[in-house]
Amino acid sequence: MILGLSIGPEYYLALSALLFTIGAGGLLIRRNPLVMFMCIELMLNAANLAFISFGKEMGDLGGQLSVLFVLVVAAAEVVIGLAIVVAVMRRRPKASVDEVSVLRG
Amino acid sequence: MEAVVFFIAAGVTLAGACGVVLLKNPVHAALSLVGTLFGVAIHFINLEAYFLAAVQVIVYAGAIVILFLFVIMLLGVDRAESIRAEPIIGQRHLALLALVALLTFGVLIGVASKGEVTGVPPQEATYTPLEGGLSIDEARQDDTGNTIAPKENIREVGRSLFSTRYVFALEITALLLTIAVIGAVVLTRRPKGELEPIPDDDPPSIMRNDENNADLHPTSSDDDESLLETEPSESETSSAEESGVSGE
Amino acid sequence: MTSLVWLIPGFPLIGFTLLLIFGRRLGEPQAGWLATATVSGSFLSALAVFFGLATKPPEERVYEVTLFEWIPSGELSVGMGFLADPLSIAMALFVTGVGALIHMYAIGYMHGDPKFSKFFLYLNLFVFAMLMLVLGDNLLITFLGWEGVGACSYFLISFWHEEPANATAGKKAFVTNRVGDWGFMVAMFLLFFNIGSLKYSDIFSSVIEADALTQTTATGIVVMLFIGAAGKSAQFPLYLWLPDAMAGPTPVSALIHAATMVTSGVYLLTRMNPVLAEAAGWSTDLIWIVGLFTALFAATAAVAQNDIKKVLAYSTVSQLGFMFVAVGSGLYVAAIFHMITHAFFKALLFLGAGSVIHGMHHEQDMRKYGALRKAMPITAFTFIIGWLAIAGIPPFSGFWSKDEVLLAAWNENKIAWVMLLAAAVMTAFYMSRLVFMTFFGEKRWGTSEEEAHDNETEKHEITPHESPVVMWLPLVLLSGLAAIAGLLNLPFSHDTKHLEKWLEPILFGNEVHVNASGQTKWLLAVIAIIGASVGVIAAIFVYLKNRVATSKIEHAILEDAWRFDSTVSSFMDGPGRRSFEATTWFDQNIIDGAVNGVGKITQRVSTRLRSTQTGLIRSYALGMVIGAVAIIAYFVSRMGF
Repeated sequence: MILGLSIGPEYYLALSALLFTIGAGGLLIRRNPLVMFMCIELMLNAANLAFISFGKEMGDLGGQLSVLFVLVVAAAEVVIGLAIVVAVMRRRPKASVDEVSVLRG
Repeated sequence: MEAVVFFIAAGVTLAGACGVVLLKNPVHAALSLVGTLFGVAIHFINLEAYFLAAVQVIVYAGAIVILFLFVIMLLGVDRAESIRAEPIIGQRHLALLALVALLTFGVLIGVASKGEVTGVPPQEATYTPLEGGLSIDEARQDDTGNTIAPKENIREVGRSLFSTRYVFALEITALLLTIAVIGAVVLTRRPKGELEPIPDDDPPSIMRNDENNADLHPTSSDDDESLLETEPSESETSSAEESGVSGE
Repeated sequence: MTSLVWLIPGFPLIGFTLLLIFGRRLGEPQAGWLATATVSGSFLSALAVFFGLATKPPEERVYEVTLFEWIPSGELSVGMGFLADPLSIAMALFVTGVGALIHMYAIGYMHGDPKFSKFFLYLNLFVFAMLMLVLGDNLLITFLGWEGVGACSYFLISFWHEEPANATAGKKAFVTNRVGDWGFMVAMFLLFFNIGSLKYSDIFSSVIEADALTQTTATGIVVMLFIGAAGKSAQFPLYLWLPDAMAGPTPVSALIHAATMVTSGVYLLTRMNPVLAEAAGWSTDLIWIVGLFTALFAATAAVAQNDIKKVLAYSTVSQLGFMFVAVGSGLYVAAIFHMITHAFFKALLFLGAGSVIHGMHHEQDMRKYGALRKAMPITAFTFIIGWLAIAGIPPFSGFWSKDEVLLAAWNENKIAWVMLLAAAVMTAFYMSRLVFMTFFGEKRWGTSEEEAHDNETEKHEITPHESPVVMWLPLVLLSGLAAIAGLLNLPFSHDTKHLEKWLEPILFGNEVHVNASGQTKWLLAVIAIIGASVGVIAAIFVYLKNRVATSKIEHAILEDAWRFDSTVSSFMDGPGRRSFEATTWFDQNIIDGAVNGVGKITQRVSTRLRSTQTGLIRSYALGMVIGAVAIIAYFVSRMGF
C-alpha cells in the first residue's frame, strides 16, 4: 500500500517545515558560530525543497530557477560569513558567539 | 516506488538535520550536514529536478561543506561546547515555544492547503507563462519547434535561464559571486600591527554568569582529555593570551 | 524720476554699511561728512521724486514699485516695495532735509568724542529706518522701519552708556515703545485677517470700495493703531520715555525726538485715514481727547523744568498732543502742516540748545545761564526765531499751523478749544521763560566748580563762546525754514493752501472741512495771537522784570510732571515686579518644563528600551524567529480551510 501512495506536494511541504524548524532550533541553541552557520544552511535547504515541490506542482520552471539562484546566493553568503567568522574569531578560537557582544545598546 | 524513496530520503534528511543540531563536535556536525544535503538531493531527483540535484551535490556538499571544514580546521574550533548550559536567560524556553509554533504553522500550511495556495487545484490549473518566461512545454522544444525528450531537464533549465525573464538575474548573480570573492579576500587580510583587543566590559545583563558555561571559560574546561598532547602547551599560551586580553 | 525712489532709503543704507566697515578708519571728521553726504544724497533723491510726482496730474501722483518678494508665506505675501505718493514724499523731504542739517551739526557737536564714527553709523541707520517707515508700501515695511527707529533710538539715547542713567533711559525708551508696538501689531493682525493683505493700496481699495471692514473691526483697528502711535509719539501715558531720552546727545534729541521718530505716530494715523473714517466716532474722539490732555499736561510740566533740554522735551510732547488733536478731529492736513513746521522749529530749538550747552561746557541747568546773547549772537538770533515760531507769533510758521489745529479743536468742542488755547498760552509762556533765562537777564554763570578726574574740585572760568560754522550754519538754515514754512498752507484762499492740495489724493476725501465763517476764523486767529502775547508778557514780568516770584509758578509737582513717572516706576518695582517674576517663573518652569519634560521622558523611555539591545547574536536570532512566527500566524489566521 505504501508503495502506491502518491506523494503529493503536502508531504514535501511538511518535510520542508520540519527541516526548517530543526534548523531554526539549531540556530537558537548552538553557540559555536560554525554550527550556527550550518543550521542556516539547513533552513535554506528546506526552502529549496519547498520551491522545487511547488515548481513541480505548478508545472513552472521558475521553481527550479529560483532554487538555482538561492544556491548561488547561499554560496556567496557562506563565503562572506565564514570570512567574517575567521576575521573575528582568529585570535579567540574557542570563543562562542555570545562573547561578541560589543555592539550593545 | 516514489513513496518508498520519499520516506527513506526523508529519514536520511531528518537524521542528518538532528545530527547537525545535536552533535557537539563541529566536524561531526559538518559531516552530518553532508548527509542532509544528500537526502535533499534525492528529493530533488524525485521531483524531477535532475540538474539541481546534481548542482546541490556538487556545490553544496562538495564545496560549501568543504569550506566549512577548512575553516573549522583553520580556527581550531574543534573544542566541544556544552549543549546543556545556556548562558542567556530564557533563550531555551522561548526557543522551544517559537519552534513549536513554527512547526505547527508550517505543517498546517503545507498539509492543510494541500499545496493549493492559489486556491485552484492543480488539475485545473491553467498555466500561462509569465512575461518573458518559457513554459515547460515551450522549454521542451528545441529551436525548430520539435519537442525534445521530456526528461532533458538541463536543457529546459538552460533555455529558461537565458530567457528574458531570468537572464538579468543570472548576470547579477555572477557579479555577486565576484564581489563575494573579493570581499572574502579583503576581510581576511592579516592586519598590520597589533589589533586592539575586543573591549571586555561586563557581559549583557541577560547572561548568566555561573560556572556552567564551560566554553566561556576555556581555562576551566574539562574537555582536555580527548585532545592531542600538544594541546596543553598551546592552550597555556593561548589562555595566557586570553587572560592578557581579558584582563582589563 | 519717480523710479529713483529706492535711492532715498538706499543712500543712508550705503552710508551705514560703509561706516560699519570703514568707520573707525575714516575717523573724525570724514565719517561725519560721509554720513552727511549720504543723507544729502537721499534728500536730493527725494527732491527728484517730488518733482517727478509734481509734474503729474494729481490723480496719478502715486508710484509703487516692488523690489522683491520679501515674505512669501502662503496667503501672506509681503513684498519689499516703496510707495511714493504725496504724503510719503512730503515726509521723506523733511526727514532727509532736516536730517542732513542735523548730521552736519553733529560733526561739530560730537567733536572729540571717541565714538565719533559710531555715532554717525547709528544716525545713518536711523535715517534709513525712518525712510523705510515712511516709504514702505505695506504695513509690514512700515513696521520694520518703526521697530528700526525704536532700536536706533535706543542705541542713540544710550550712546554714552558708561553712565548708567543713560543706559537706563535708553532701555526705558525701548520698553515703552514696545508697549505701543503691541498695539500696532494687533492692528496689523486684524487688518490682515479681515482684508488679507497688508499693502496700503489693497487695504484702501478694500475698505473704500469693497467695504471690507465692519465698524467694530475698524474701531478696534483704530484703537490699536492709536496705542502704537501713542507709544512712538509720546502721548499720555506712554510719554514717559521722552523726557528721560534727553540723556542722549543733543543732535539725537533734535533728529529723533523732535523732527522724525516721534512724528511716526501721526504719519501712521494719517496714512490709515480710510480706516479711521470707517471707525466709530468714539475712537477718533479718544484720539483727540488724549492729544488734548497730553498737550495740557506736558505744557504744565514744561513750565517748571530747569534743564533746558527737558523743557524742550515736554514741549515736544505737548506739540505732539496738538497734532493728535488735529488727527482725531479729522483735519489731517492741519496735523501734517503742524508736523512739518514743528520739525523745523523744534529741530532749530534743540540744535540751538545744543549750541548753548556746547558753549557752556555741557552745563544744562538754565539757572546757570543768563545774558548769553552777547556771547553767542548767532545762536541767540536763530533761537529767538524758533521761539517766536513755537509761541505762535505771526508771521512765523508756528502761528499758521497752530492756528489750524486750534480750528480743529474749535470744530470738535468749544471747551476743547479753550483748553487747547490754554496749552498754547502756556507754550508761549514757558518758551519765553526759557529764552529769557538763557539769553537775557543777568548772567548767572561765572566760575563753575567741577570735579576733576582725581576728585579735586577745580574751579575754572566758563567762557561761553559761539559754536563753529558747522554748527551755526544748520541753525541759520533751519531758522529760515521756520520763518517761512507758513507759506506751505496759508489759509487765505484755496490757492494758497498748497499743502492741502498736495495731500488731497491720499486723504480719499476724509478731510473734515470746518464750516465756520471767515469772520470766526479771523476772530479765533486774533484770540490766539492775544493769548500768545499774554504768555510772552507774563514771562517778561516773571523772569525779566522779576515782579512775581518764580516759586509761585514753578511748583515742585510740576517739575516732577505730576509725579506720574515716579508712580509708574514705583508700581513697576512693587506689584509690577512681582507679576513679572511670576510670569517668568511660569515661563521657565511650566512652558520650558513641558518642553524639557518631553526630552526627559524620551530619555528615560529610551534608557529602558536600550536593554533590548543586548548585542548577543542569539537573542537577536530568537527575536527574528519569534517575529517570523508572528507573521506566519497572521497569514495562517487568514487562510480559509
